[in-house]
This record gives sequence, C-alpha cells and structure tokens, in this order.
Amino acid sequence: MPTPRNDFDVKYVANLARIYLTPEEEQKFGSQLNHILGYIEKLRELDVSNVQPTAHAMPMVNVARRDDVRPSIPHEDALRNAPAKANGLFLVPKIVE
Amino acid sequence: MLNQLTISELHAKLTKRAVSVREVVQACLDQIKRVDPQVRAFLSVDEKDALAQADIADKALAAGLPQPLLGIPIAIKDVLAVKNHPLQCGSRILDKFVSPYDATAIAKLRKAGAIIFGRLNMDEFAMGSSTENSAFGHTRNPWDLERVPGGSSGGSAAAVAADECIASLGTDTGGSIRQPAALCGVVGVKPTYGRVSRYGLVAFASSLDQIGPFTKDVRDAAILTRVLAGHDPLDSTSVQGPVPDYRADLTGNIKGLRLGLPKEYFIGGMDKEVSAAVQAAVKQLQSLGAEVQEISLPHTDYAVATYYIVATAEASANLARFDGTRYGMRVEGADPNELYTKTRGAGFGAEVKRRIILGTYVLSSGYYDAYYLRAQKVRTLILQDFLKAFEKVDAIVTPTSPTPAFKAGEKSDDPLQMYLSDIFTISCNLAGICGISVPCGFTTNPKLPIGLQLLGQPFGEGTLFRIAHAYEQSTDWHKQKPEWITKQS
Repeated sequence: MPTPRNDFDVKYVANLARIYLTPEEEQKFGSQLNHILGYIEKLRELDVSNVQPTAHAMPMVNVARRDDVRPSIPHEDALRNAPAKANGLFLVPKIVE
Repeated sequence: MLNQLTISELHAKLTKRAVSVREVVQACLDQIKRVDPQVRAFLSVDEKDALAQADIADKALAAGLPQPLLGIPIAIKDVLAVKNHPLQCGSRILDKFVSPYDATAIAKLRKAGAIIFGRLNMDEFAMGSSTENSAFGHTRNPWDLERVPGGSSGGSAAAVAADECIASLGTDTGGSIRQPAALCGVVGVKPTYGRVSRYGLVAFASSLDQIGPFTKDVRDAAILTRVLAGHDPLDSTSVQGPVPDYRADLTGNIKGLRLGLPKEYFIGGMDKEVSAAVQAAVKQLQSLGAEVQEISLPHTDYAVATYYIVATAEASANLARFDGTRYGMRVEGADPNELYTKTRGAGFGAEVKRRIILGTYVLSSGYYDAYYLRAQKVRTLILQDFLKAFEKVDAIVTPTSPTPAFKAGEKSDDPLQMYLSDIFTISCNLAGICGISVPCGFTTNPKLPIGLQLLGQPFGEGTLFRIAHAYEQSTDWHKQKPEWITKQS
C-alpha cells in the first residue's frame, strides 16, 4: 500500500476549483483522493528525464481555417438556457461595488 | 420483431419496401415500453418526434433515396448535442438544458437518413465505469439486472443489448465504449483520435475523447463508423484524409495477418472464465489463418495512473464552464464566487467533484511538474510502446475488461478499484489509436458476456473490422440475447 500524502489539502484545492464541499465530503474525498494520489506515485519509478511530453496523440500544429463569415446561432438561442437574463444579456450578481 | 434486426438487415427490408420506417420505430418504442422500466437505459424518448422523423424517412424511401442509414433508429448518449432536445450529461448541473444546435456526428447521422432516437443514460460527464454515477439513476445490465452495464456509455450498450434501438452512439475517453460493449455483449468501436469530429460533444478530456458506435454486429459497426468519420472544419483536432468504405474490409479473410498478444495483459487478477474465453478466441483467430506472437507493452502498468492525471487535469479545465452563469442550474450567491462555488457544490455528483479536485491539484502551482508534466512524459512512453509493437504486428488482441459485469454497488465506494476496471482500455486513448470490442463468449453461472478487444494502428479501423468480422462470422456469440429481451410480449 502506497503511503498517503500529507500535503494534500482537499479544502484548499476544492476552493481553487470553486466547489463547495460539506464537512462529510471533505472527510470522504480527502481520504479517497489521498489513496488515489498514493497510487499515482508509481509514476515516480520511471526515469523520464530524456522523454518529451505528449499533449496530443496526433501531432497537429497551427490548424487554421479560412476566416469566412458564417452564420452563428441566433442571440435568443444563445440565451435560451440562461438561468437569469434581461435585455438580451446574462444576469449575474454585482461584481464591482 | 423488427427491433431485433441489424442495420444491414433492416436496410434490405426497407429498400424492398417490405416494412415501413414507422413500423421499425414503433417496434423500438414498444420494446422500450416493455423492457426499459427494468433496464433504464433511456433518460427520455420523444415519441412524437421519432414518429415524425419516421414519416419523413418513409417519404424519402418512397422517393427512392436509399441513404445508408435511412429509417434506422439510432439512440444517443446524453453527452451529444441534438438540436432542440435535452442534454444533461447525466448531471443535475445541466438542469433543463436544451441543445441549440446539432453535434457534427448527429448532423452526419441525419444526412445518412437515421432516426435520432432518445437520450441514453451515462455516468455523469462520462466519468465512471458502471453508469452508477448518473444523477438520474442506474442503468442495469440486460443480462442480469443486479449487475452494471459498464460505463460510462452504459445506457448506449444496454439499449442495443436489449433491442431497444438498432444501434447507438457513445463516447470513449478511457474505455467508455469498449468496456460497456463487452459487459453487455455488443460491438463497440473507439475510433482513432481525430477520426470523428467532437463538435457538439460535451468535453470531458479533450485529448482523449472520441465518439463511436455500439452495434449488434461488426458489419453495422463498419457502416456506422464510415458515416461518423471524416474531417470537420468545426473541430480542429479532426483529421484530414479520405474515409474508406469499411465494408470492403469485411472479406472474411485474415490469412497471414499478424496479431500481437501483450504479455503484460495476461497476468494475475483476471477472471478465469474471461481469460479462458480470450485464449479460445485467440486459437480461433489462429485457425482462421492469423499469425499470433507475444509482444510487450512495457509501460502498461503505468497507464491507469497516467490517465487519472491527464484526464482529470483536462476535465478540471473543461468543466470550469459549468458555473451557473450561462446555462443550467444556478444557486444564488452574494457575489459571483459564492454563486459558482454553491452551484458547483450542489450541481456536481461525487465522482465529478473528486476528479475536478484531483485535476485542479495536479495542475496547481508547485505540483504541475511532478504530476501533469511527468504524466505527459509517461504518455509518450506508452505511445512509443504501441508504435514499436505495430512495427511487428497488424493488431493487438487483449481482453476488453478483466472481469464480466460486476454487481451494482460493488465498487461504487472505492474509486480506485473502479478505475482499475479500465486497465485494458485506457492505454488506447492515451496513445490515440483505435480499438474495438466484440463478444467472445459467456461466463457460465450467471451467463454474462465476455468481450475481446482488438487494438489497431492510427486509422487502422479497417483492419480491426476485418479481423473482428472474420472472428464473428466463425462464432454465434453476437446472436445470443437475454431470454426475457427476445420474448414476445
């Protein structure tokens, strides 16, 4: 069994991810994620010092298309799923005082 | 029973005008009414819309326009956008979401004449291996209702296995098509990365996700893959190049084809009946003329760890968009931060939260090099393993899953055990190659399907279809169905 990590602070990371966790979730996920991180530690067994990273299996770079004007979805369709809207805009809580 | 037929069988009947599309669609709707209260593959079916599409298809038939999928009801995983239909990814956070446009895969199905038919259950945001992570209840395995159908495309596999539709679409990020196909006893294809446009697919892990078909036999898989494949200017990761007619690969002849058995896949922990069925399938392939040799994929043991860094990192970025601002659920807050945090806390299920948190952690300052960058480097090693293997062999043969369908609840409290059930399917996505699962037998008591996985070179789908088809034609596994599914009502 890999050793659990001590520096993983579930509450801190959940806040970075903007996810509210109940105290029970903090407890449960903290322990489960420590277990998973322990398993992931096995990647340290490999020497990767001379290996290039792979971000994508298909090496494609600078994919561009012609900059043609095309129809886009109508304004009202884009707003159709909004939880709150007014005057053709998304409504959000006040950001600046 | 029209709902039991394959695409090619129905196409022959429809073009001869022996049956109408309306009858076909009605047969599927009737089967859903009869069996879906138990199987629970469908989240919703718009009956009126399906019958309206059927009437249009019947008119096209009368006009003599036999498109490849004309009048074929194809059910859709709840992760693909179908214009004016609900899309929730099995999640509460996309409460009441209605798609404003068609995914390219859906547009291609429509162009080929298919009936777009219902929304299929899935693990929330395609994160899971059992379909137990759906916010809308578990889908059950038609072979044993106490067992899972696999996941994340469990609804897609179960619906085809239960003859509730003729074929379906799913998505595969780490095995989410092949594993449920194996556990439900149907054919499932994970095309090469870039083969099928992802436009209109809700992203989980963008460098791994691919859309693919579930079908009742290999011929249908070849037909459907051809329709789905091809470059799309709306997805910059879709690949240029012609799409072959894969039916030409269904020759039945695999003499001299070289198959590799990776020694790392045939080790302890595998179910004995699964192991025996796969070995018998390998013998069968040999007797059909294939040359089998042992190969090595030395970094296999690191694939699951690599995957759960790469996939969660990408997911944490992709799922940032679900914040209660533009669509779906919103829990009000005093400021935007509180709104996001409360909405995401209430809207996401446990597994999605775990993976976003893990992905955020492996990308976070101070940990990026140790986790994410290292995983990307190991991904290179895994990819090189496959490229080296494909210098020696035309395809790789493995079990699809180390076990048959497990019982609901058996692994749901142990995420790591659940992750390890994808041990044979995950490398394929990391390497971006193609794979297929075909039925290769059953366990005895209870009777549960076993899947054989074939992995092919990038854009080597044709070779996979050729091997899978030759094998399938020499067996009758794909014709066996759960008794209660085929019973006349």
